Amino acid sequence: MKILLNGEAQDISAINITDLIVDLGLETRMLAVERNLEVVPKSEYATTILEENDRIEIVHMIGGG
Amino acid sequence: MSKDTFKVGTYEFTSRLIVGSGKYKDFETTKLATEASGAEMITVAVRRVNITEAGKENLLDYIDPKKYTILPNTAGCFNAEDAVRTLRLAREAGGWDLVKLEVLGDTQTLYPNVVETIKAAEVLVKEGFQVMVYTNDDPIVATKLEEVGCVAVMPLGNPIGSGRGLANPFNIRVIKERASVPIVVDAGIGTASDAAKALELGADAALINTAIAEAKDECLMAEAMRDAVRAGRKAFLAGRMPKRAFASASSPTEGYIWD
Repeated sequence: MKILLNGEAQDISAINITDLIVDLGLETRMLAVERNLEVVPKSEYATTILEENDRIEIVHMIGGG
Repeated sequence: MSKDTFKVGTYEFTSRLIVGSGKYKDFETTKLATEASGAEMITVAVRRVNITEAGKENLLDYIDPKKYTILPNTAGCFNAEDAVRTLRLAREAGGWDLVKLEVLGDTQTLYPNVVETIKAAEVLVKEGFQVMVYTNDDPIVATKLEEVGCVAVMPLGNPIGSGRGLANPFNIRVIKERASVPIVVDAGIGTASDAAKALELGADAALINTAIAEAKDECLMAEAMRDAVRAGRKAFLAGRMPKRAFASASSPTEGYIWD
């Protein structure tokens, strides 16, 4: 399935956000996910089923002033 | 003296120095300088994860969110919508409700776009965020941001990263005297005396990043800033002497041996 992940087209096999995060090796990170401009609460990662052409943003914290 | 704490929104701090976490050469230096600064609050930026480098170290491996109050910022946002999106994500990531809102006008000056800043602040306050807001050194805008419900107003001393000190100390003073929320001088502080000056003028705190991160000895400058903020605060509380046009002798003017 093709999605837009952090601005880039990606072909993924994950069916929900939980799987996507595990597939990316990000499960231990403090991060947040946005799907089609809406924040996905952590409690809904497993039940948020990915769809073709979803726009997913995964963000974390970096140094900044 | 009774305990002098820095209260902002529902939070309370001992330190009046807020530090940034940008521009350091590595995470270890970020950690050591932050510790040396005595700061309890540290700003962070929200950015896309690099999905091809999942195993890489992260800032929060070095800056423990249990030890520090993490203040997510909206650096790099040029409109209200992006700023609101960014902070919604930050709140979900770490549960943080105390945030630093900054909406910039252009990349050359990094001056705040106050129109978009006010728009974003209105939305964020409604959504329950405690907004510390970066703004220009304009007393009218500062009052407006307070009316909107921001928990702290953070006027710039000078442009971000410029290290030029306080361009308009009179405005910082005027902003402070009119405000009922804490005033934090954010941006422009270049060295310890700038930080001390900000607190002497009555600013409740100072937010400093580049001046520490770009010092030759980051940890030593972090200590200097810690001490300067403390000294400035004490001088403010002590109440400075008036400035006079002419001299006023320090030794008694009677009992001279030639009288």
